[in-house]
Amino acid sequence: MSVDVTHNELREVTGPSAIGGGSRRFFDLLWLISVTEFKRVYFGTVLGYLWSLIRPLVLFGVLLFVFTRIFKVGGAEVEHYAVMLLTGIVLYTFFTEATSNAVTSVVSHEGVVRKTQFPRLVIPLATVVTAAFNLLLNLIVVLVFILAFGVSPAWSWFLFPVALAFLFIGAAGVSMALSALYVRFRDTAIIWAVVAQVLMYLTPILYPITIFKDDTTLRHVLMINPLAVIFEQVRVWVLHEPGAPTAVEAAGGWLGLLPAAIIFVGVIVYGAWYFNREAPRIAEAL
Amino acid sequence: MSASDRLGVTLALGEAHGASPSDPEPTMSANEELTIQPAVSGAPGPDAPAAIRVEDLHKSFRIPTQRVDSLKERAVHPFSSRDYRELHALDGISFEIRQGEFFGIVGRNGSGKSTLLKLLASIYRADSGRIQIAGRLAPFIELGVGFNQELTARENVVLNGVMMGLTPKEVRERQDAVIDFAELHDFADLKLKNFSSGMLVRLAFSVMLQADADVLLIDEVLAVGDAAFQQKCADAFQQMKGEGKTIVLVTHDMASVEQYCHRAMLLADGEVKYMGAPALTGNEYLKLNFEGESSGTGADDDGSDGAKLLECKLVDDDGEEIFTVEERQPIRFRLALELQRKTDALHLRFVLANSTEFGLFEFGTLLTEAAGDDLTPDKRLTVEVSVENRFAAGRHFLNCGIHSPNGINVYRPKAASFVVFGAKDTRGVMAADYEIKVASEDRG
Repeated sequence: MSVDVTHNELREVTGPSAIGGGSRRFFDLLWLISVTEFKRVYFGTVLGYLWSLIRPLVLFGVLLFVFTRIFKVGGAEVEHYAVMLLTGIVLYTFFTEATSNAVTSVVSHEGVVRKTQFPRLVIPLATVVTAAFNLLLNLIVVLVFILAFGVSPAWSWFLFPVALAFLFIGAAGVSMALSALYVRFRDTAIIWAVVAQVLMYLTPILYPITIFKDDTTLRHVLMINPLAVIFEQVRVWVLHEPGAPTAVEAAGGWLGLLPAAIIFVGVIVYGAWYFNREAPRIAEAL
Repeated sequence: MSASDRLGVTLALGEAHGASPSDPEPTMSANEELTIQPAVSGAPGPDAPAAIRVEDLHKSFRIPTQRVDSLKERAVHPFSSRDYRELHALDGISFEIRQGEFFGIVGRNGSGKSTLLKLLASIYRADSGRIQIAGRLAPFIELGVGFNQELTARENVVLNGVMMGLTPKEVRERQDAVIDFAELHDFADLKLKNFSSGMLVRLAFSVMLQADADVLLIDEVLAVGDAAFQQKCADAFQQMKGEGKTIVLVTHDMASVEQYCHRAMLLADGEVKYMGAPALTGNEYLKLNFEGESSGTGADDDGSDGAKLLECKLVDDDGEEIFTVEERQPIRFRLALELQRKTDALHLRFVLANSTEFGLFEFGTLLTEAAGDDLTPDKRLTVEVSVENRFAAGRHFLNCGIHSPNGINVYRPKAASFVVFGAKDTRGVMAADYEIKVASEDRG
């Protein structure tokens, strides 16, 4: 029997890791898993994609009623309160959807993690990408509302993707940390559900940051939250309201943004570091 | 067991001559490289480059005696997380597998073989030691891992292919071939949740074969599917071997190792107990199994049954213990036994059984005082048995029975085990002489 063997060089095998296996494969997998997950969720149900739209829209409707008819937050304060509210809800829905799905993602993919070899980081990141697909579709609806409510297009809209990128990266950082933490501490899911709820009220979604007119200290404190920075800036860039302060102004100068920047970078670095540290042993800990 | 045997026999036939099993041409020539392996030839030489090299591999798991899973428990017992037991799954393993080799790893449950497989497959990380692998490795730890029930067969094929390291383009090119191989052409766009388990297995196996890796790690997935599909799988394995792929088979079933592998390794308690020819590894494995069992019901009970079987060995002409015998060479056993009560007559009965424990040949003798046999107690009897060897290549067992009218009653299944090896390209349970003549004449 003539055997034509191609002789390969021996290479060191170091075990599973967060990214290992080549960036090409990493992104192929990330894309494929995100797309199939997206399809799975929305082609598996009768109304499909509509569900991902209905949820934020219902929330929007309820909150709009509560805050314009009962508490009268909007109206006088903000020119486009409804649009501000909708944009904020849609963006924040992305953030919670991405992170809360990510928390349990590694554990719920247990079968794959324990039996196959692939870059572990793909799993939490895929939930963020899947959520991003939803976000992009929802933004189309937001755009319709924005135009319908009389906000005119502006050049600053082109800066919107920058804010989206920050939001995406932040969600990815949180997801990495949470998904790895959850493997060790199952409390993580519950804690994060509460934290996400609190974060929503700490972020200027339901109210404009300008509501605290006289209390500049409180404004500065609120701007420690990186999400607040992103959401405020979106309001300036997309809704370009005359009265709306930029993130820098709301934080009281560039120095005021420093805590938010540190937290933002800190979460991402910690998430990446922690996930990378845990990745080799995730299969055993499950 | 019988399923993998079927597959095994087919493979063994093909391997001897590098022909496909369906090749109808009978080949008479004896294989010149007579080895102790039954029917498996074509092993790469010792100078072949290494495909897998493992050096002093250690892996232990911490088994917490009380699992601390929540923050509250951690807060209440801040130090209880240190309360664990260290389990040494692998304790300094070293071996080398050559390129193009079909290598078996056997061991009982908990011997560390699955841990080793997961380390090789990059699912676990070793505590210390080195693993080196040449080329791309495809692990098949379980069929159908990562299948998503909500996706169609086609989507799953793509997803799995990329998981195994192919590019999406490569996968799309071969997805039709994969689905055809699985005989699922009509169901390609059906969601997996609607598949029967047989269809799932076929799809999983096809996906596994598409990976086109240089080194394949296979964990007891051979005995799947119906007979026709198994034949296909056997052909596929055959082809992979022909292409010089390295295949590592992890199993606790010795029969498949003996029929596929060039070499095998026995793991026990996280250490390499034996490495060498599959037949010899098989013997060590059986010994290990019997040691474990005999502590409960073995030798101790024999005395109360009136006799003790002290040893039962396969021996060569010089009386040395051996574990393999060539086809057609007589099979010789030596038994030693002690009687514990006096008797006038003693029956010795033997059954030669094959690896499926099917009795092929039963025989025996009657010993009587009248005929001059010394059947007094506390004497050691040595019995020499010689049997004409008409048995097919493969593992065989000798079951021994010792009985007397006055109540001596000892039965020892698998008192000895051995492997018949041969180079003839035959199948079945026996090896008969045969001759095939072909004549041709004009049809006129």
